[in-house]
This record gives sequence, C-alpha cells and structure tokens, in this order.
Amino acid sequence: MPKVCVCVKYSLDVSEVRVDPSTRQPVTVGVKRKVSDFDKNAVEEAVRLKERLGWTVTALTYGPDEAKSALREALAMGADEAVLVSDPGYAQSDTLVTSLFLAEAIKRVGPFNLILLGEASIDGYTYQVGPRLAERLGMPQVTHVRRLEVKDGEVVAERDLEDGYELVSVKMPVVVTVTKEINEPRYPKLMDIMKASRKPIKTLTAADLGIPEGKRGAAGSGIEVLKALAPEMKRREQIIKGKEPADAAAELIELLVKEGVVR
Amino acid sequence: MSLWTYSESPSLALELLGRGRGLAEKMGVELAAIVLGRGVDARAEELAYYGASKVYVVDHANLASFTAEPYASALAALARRHRPDAILIGATKRGNEVAARLAAKLDVGCVTNCTSVDVDPDTKLLLFSRLAYGGSAISTQRCKVKPQVATVPSRTFEKASKTERRAEVVKEVVEVEEPKVRVLDFKKRELRGARLEEADVVVVAGRGFKRREDVAMLEELAQLLGGVVGYTRPLAYDLKWADRWVGMSGVVVKPRLYVGVGVSGAIQHVAGIRDSKVIVAVNRDPDAPIFKVADYGIVGDLYAVIPELVKRLRERAK
Repeated sequence: MPKVCVCVKYSLDVSEVRVDPSTRQPVTVGVKRKVSDFDKNAVEEAVRLKERLGWTVTALTYGPDEAKSALREALAMGADEAVLVSDPGYAQSDTLVTSLFLAEAIKRVGPFNLILLGEASIDGYTYQVGPRLAERLGMPQVTHVRRLEVKDGEVVAERDLEDGYELVSVKMPVVVTVTKEINEPRYPKLMDIMKASRKPIKTLTAADLGIPEGKRGAAGSGIEVLKALAPEMKRREQIIKGKEPADAAAELIELLVKEGVVR
Repeated sequence: MSLWTYSESPSLALELLGRGRGLAEKMGVELAAIVLGRGVDARAEELAYYGASKVYVVDHANLASFTAEPYASALAALARRHRPDAILIGATKRGNEVAARLAAKLDVGCVTNCTSVDVDPDTKLLLFSRLAYGGSAISTQRCKVKPQVATVPSRTFEKASKTERRAEVVKEVVEVEEPKVRVLDFKKRELRGARLEEADVVVVAGRGFKRREDVAMLEELAQLLGGVVGYTRPLAYDLKWADRWVGMSGVVVKPRLYVGVGVSGAIQHVAGIRDSKVIVAVNRDPDAPIFKVADYGIVGDLYAVIPELVKRLRERAK
C-alpha cells in the first residue's frame, strides 16, 4: 500500500503570546503549544487518503519531548504510526536545520509516495520547510494546495496563488503543502483519543540520524536572530465615543479629510 | 561582489532594484538584476535601465512555465558561478518557494517576507526584519553564510525610476533542471476593483456583521472611498463568505487607508494590516483590541454608523 508522511509542527499558540511592556519582548514562557493549524489540514488530507484508498499514514514531528502530544493528536485523527525527531537544539533551529532533521527521518522511516505538510506554521510563517524538504529529498514540490487528487501514481492539485488558481499534475513521490481551505479537520472522538494515547511513538535523535553537532540547533542554522521586539505602534488612538451615529460619522470624516485620506 | 535582485513580477522586480541601489552602495558592491524564462530578451533589455550595473539572463526551454524546480536550479547555477553576496527575491508565493528551494540547494539560510532590509555598517552584512511569533513581534535577523538569501513582498520598497544608463546585459548558459510539475490550467481570480494586495483603500468586514448580505453596505463605503472590501478570517474561512482574508495567514495589506468594521483586532489580523498608513476602526466594543492600533475610530453599532458614513460621503461626492 502507498504511504504518506505528514509533518506536523508543535507550534506556539501565538494568540497567547503577550508582550512585556517594559522591555517590548514577547513572553513565550508558559504559552501553550498546539498543532499548527495548516498542519492539521495536512493530517486530515492524509487520513482521507487512508479512508478512501487504504494508504498508510505516518505522522512526523521535529521538536521537544512534549511535541509527542502533537503526534497523539495526529494518531487520534487517524494516523497509523508516529515518529518524534527529538533534539535539545530544537528551539534554536531555523528552517535549514528543521528540514535536515525531517528529511533524514523520512529517509529512514520511508520510502513514502507523498509528503504532506501545512503551507506555513502559525508561529514562524516562513513558508520554507516544504520546499526545503522537497529539495533535500530530491522530490518536486507543489505548494499552497487547496484541492488534491491522487490517481495512477500522480497527484493533481489546485494551487491558491495571488492572482488565481493553478492546476498542476506531477508524478509521485512529491512534497505537497496545503492551505487551510483544503478541508475541515475532524475532531477526534474520545474513543480515538484514548486509543491514540496507548499507541507507541518512535523516537529518533540526531545521533540516530547521523546529524553531527555542528549541523544541529543554533550552530547548524543559516540565520541568526539578533533581536525580537514588539513593534512600536505609534497610532493616534483618537476614538470617538458616546456620540450619536450621525455626529460620530461627521466627526470621523472631518478627521480623515484633515489626514488627507478622504477627499 | 554583488547584490542580486529577482522577481517574476515586473513591478516587484523594479521595487527590489529601487531599494537594491541604496543597499548595494552601503555594502560597497555591484547591483544586478536576474531575468529567467523563455523568450525574455525584451524583458532583460527593459530592466537594464533601472539602476543595475548588470542584468544576467537565463533563457531556457525548461523555464517556459514557472515551476519551482527549474527556476531554483537556474538561480543556484548562476549563484555558484558568480558568488553574489546576497540575493533578494520578490516575496510572491512563487518567489518564496523558489527562494526556499534555492537556499536549500546552496545550504544557506533564508529570511522570507521581510518588512525591511538594511546594511550593518560594521560587517556590511544585510539586516533583515520580519514578523515573528505570529505577528506579535518584529525580529531582526542576519544570514551567517553567503549568499544571503531573503524575500521581500510587494509595496515594501519604492520602485526604481528609469535612467539613461544601460546595464550590461549578460546572457548566461547554465544547466537548468527539467520541470517535473506540469501546469494544466490557470484560472484567474475574479476581481471587483483592485487586488487586495495593491488596493489604496481596504475596508474590512469582521465578525460584527450578522448576515452576509449586510456587507453590501461596505461595498458602497469602499466604492465611495475608492477602495475594495476584504474580510477577516472567521468570515472568509469559517463562514465561507469569501475565498481569501486579510491577515498574517492570508493577504497582508498596506493601503493608504484601512477601515476595520466590526473587526475585533486579533493578533493575526493586526499583523496583516500593520503597515497601513491610516487605520480606522468601527466597533461596538470599546475594549476591542483594534482600537489600540487605530488612528481613528468610532465606538458604536456598525449598523447605525456605516449608513451615516455612506450618506455623508455620498453628499461630499456630489
């Protein structure tokens, strides 16, 4: 049976990131993590292949030990097996390192006919891991997919680009990144969640994958983050309150005329 | 020693050259533009008059339609031959996927969707800013190895203006990978007015709207302001009122005027409107986070306020 590998990121739940007003630094300590939205769509798409065509689904993540909970979620949604690639340098890794760990794991756990992942992650939004992974695996890539069909060793996909929708076809194996629109991820049933909690999770380390020290974490990354600060929003915050709609509207238009954005 | 710019979008290519000029001077290197495709001589000739010293052209059958593998391979082959210090690529979806694949080929870092690019005066390395943590912070990053690869979205930089001086146009013969992905069809997006990304005025409908047909009043408001209507993610994605939304996960906009109507101001939305020149909000809830990032606003029921705004703007238009 054909095999699909779905990569999930255990992302920061960015809606919970707060900014320390004195330092303008984002506070990520204690912020909970979850499966990145678009990766959930990728899991759903993989599980549908299993249901329709009998494919085997492997869920893969690169992250800390806690990222197992992302894999549990994928298992509860219907993945057959799960692999955690774990490394202490995870938090300092850029897309170069992340794609290396994922690619090496895929080479060992595979071969796969299809690699699925979200078009981006909700915390990093680099849009890089899919294409980098494809290059490392020597596979073609089809990004931003909002409709996917699989037949006769080929995928036919509709891509969501800025100016329209592009329909493409490509022979497998291939790396496909999906948008949020592609499907509605299922909510696993309690029974499936319980079953998933008992399934084994395979763990691979940098040593297992033969990735040397210098290619891990910050040392292996191609970029350095010098600082990350909340942007200073210098906005006027001139808010009209407690007025009749007609008066408020008149006042606002006057302000916008003064500002030069309304003629 | 050179700084390269590349975009498949003609306007973005000019924007990259516009900023590239100043960056190359600060870096003390030459500015070059890259042109890839099939039958692109005219395009290369046109681009030769926008401030670059060189235009490198790869004209190859494998580049006839845009797919990531051949395009990234052509750029990688050029980069291996000429060893540029940095490559700036237009951050369209196509540009980003090519940049990432190129960076993987060259085994270097890559910074996508930069909000600004500058030069560190000491090291002469580029400093890239981009949104981080889903938009709650701006991070400054640097590439450790050359070439420094980054992508920049449209409307970040001013376009280069046309000059008298013509760049040297260099035709390059390099190995280009066979395309593996076949393009079968392209359906252009139906548009009413400008594209969201390029609109001068963007009026966004948020969850304050109760029914889809109510957004018609925003269409009128947008028209009077000379702009287009956009939607927040809950409306577009959850309720399926539109096929794209404004926000970090959708379309990032940079209009002269943004008006959020019934928009609460979630981080991922605000990250997508942050560079708007003027931000206006209308919301019933005085504590809505959108007011903290707005220049002007009205606390009130949109169903009462919007008709009043429309009425007054209509009177002005007469």
